[in-house]
Amino acid sequence: MARKSMRSPLAQASGLGSAKEGVEHWWRERLTAVALIPPALWFIASMIAHAGSDYVVFIAWLRMPSSTLMMVLLLVALFYHMALGLQVIIEDYVHSSVKLLALIIMRLSCFTVAAAGVLAILRVALSG
Amino acid sequence: MCGSTVERERPKSPNIQIYRPQLTSVLSIANRISGVITSFVAVGLVLWLLAVAAGPQTYAAAQGVLASPLGQIGLVIAIFAFFLHLCGGIRHLAWDAVYGFDLAAIYASGWAVVAGSIALTVATWIAALFMAR
Repeated sequence: MARKSMRSPLAQASGLGSAKEGVEHWWRERLTAVALIPPALWFIASMIAHAGSDYVVFIAWLRMPSSTLMMVLLLVALFYHMALGLQVIIEDYVHSSVKLLALIIMRLSCFTVAAAGVLAILRVALSG
Repeated sequence: MCGSTVERERPKSPNIQIYRPQLTSVLSIANRISGVITSFVAVGLVLWLLAVAAGPQTYAAAQGVLASPLGQIGLVIAIFAFFLHLCGGIRHLAWDAVYGFDLAAIYASGWAVVAGSIALTVATWIAALFMAR
């Protein structure tokens, strides 16, 4: 039998689980969870610190490059982690033909809302 | 063969309707539910950021919604759900690193998650009230 790939059969098969994805989803869920801890705690602390701030003070803080960076990191990690988590919930409870549709809508919604959030942050950071 | 067994409905497992809730099972589903609630909070966060970007008037309107009784209740639920999912998630990460698998450790970490998330929610609220003065 002529081999179609330069990779050995073992290299092609290793890491592939029954769903042909191995531990990739599980691992990304953990990675995004760890990545979320610093910006999430930073955000809570910042919101506490600005509980008494007016719009001008708050915007000035948000426009700082470090704040903008942390907010973008927070949103990317948050919505990535959220999409991975909601995917598992849909796969666990939805078994009919709407499963694929639900997964697609969920994924696209997460991407859209995350993009809207990042654009809002950049609009504040880069305007005037 | 075995015609009688066909008519009798077989017991289903796990029988969660009659199974006594335990800390382990309650925290397991609580982690999932708090994750879903935090997902809604994340959407709310982006809506709030859009209000911030839209200008002072829209921002004031958004702050007004958050300051209303319903907004305050929502904010408490949001903060508690976030901390419950954070603490539960850290517990899961410890399990993933193969720590805390004996029954005593599982119950100790479980109660730590409950106490920790309540304490962090109360601390956040008090700190925010103090800063808002």
